[in-house]
Amino acid sequence: MLDATFAALADPTRRAILARLSAGEASVMELAEPFAMSQPAISKHLKVLERAGLISRGRDAQRRPCRLEPIPLAQATEWLEGYRRFWEASFERLDLLLDEMKSKEKRRAPGRRPRNR
Amino acid sequence: MSSAGTLKITTPSDREIVMTRIFDARRQLVFDALTKPELVRQWYGPRGWTMTVCEIDLRVGGKWRYVSHREDGKDIGQFGVYREVAAPERIVNTELWEDWQGVETVVTTVLDEREGKTTLTATILFPTQEVRDILLKSGVEDGASATYDKLAEFLASASQ
Repeated sequence: MLDATFAALADPTRRAILARLSAGEASVMELAEPFAMSQPAISKHLKVLERAGLISRGRDAQRRPCRLEPIPLAQATEWLEGYRRFWEASFERLDLLLDEMKSKEKRRAPGRRPRNR
Repeated sequence: MSSAGTLKITTPSDREIVMTRIFDARRQLVFDALTKPELVRQWYGPRGWTMTVCEIDLRVGGKWRYVSHREDGKDIGQFGVYREVAAPERIVNTELWEDWQGVETVVTTVLDEREGKTTLTATILFPTQEVRDILLKSGVEDGASATYDKLAEFLASASQ
């Protein structure tokens, strides 16, 4: 669900956690290290990421290594790219339609030029 | 031949995305192409997509609905309500996607004609800054976070 993904990504600490995990799996301790943050505080962030399906956590009782789940995040990151491609392609088609519409106008009223406004 | 314009995307405030595009046609033609279903069907969506539904009730409180059928077989549904209609210069409407619950944007489309060419400016207002920021940080416009860019690269290859 994109909503949960966006909420999970709204926080800069969580984005940084994902960036760290993109380099390989890590334990809670390893993830907490770069931040001036306690492990319980990091764990709260990890829960949000896990609920959004962005990370998965191993069952090893001692370490519970965290792993990145790339697909939900890729869906969010592709959104704007897709949006831009959609509108670029659509507007190119609109250019062609407008050309046709202008030609039709000229054929209906040959010799008459539209007034500049 | 028309001069093909470039699509510009900017972020003037913390909750908006703005698209700007110039068309080599007078405003009335552009307005018609944006608001008459028989014309919208001829350009909306990339090549290969077909609009199976294109309903436009262009008045305050009127509804609109588009369904586009993609080449891969998926249907994309969008709909909303018109809040302002000032032909041929301004339209304000809500926009929701049928498979993306909970996010309603407000789109303001303004057409400005100068020397026979029309500039379209579409402002998409998001419900919260967070939603807009996530979309932008994930896209090509924002070069802020180096670690985030690296992440995006990794993910693009990981999702092949």
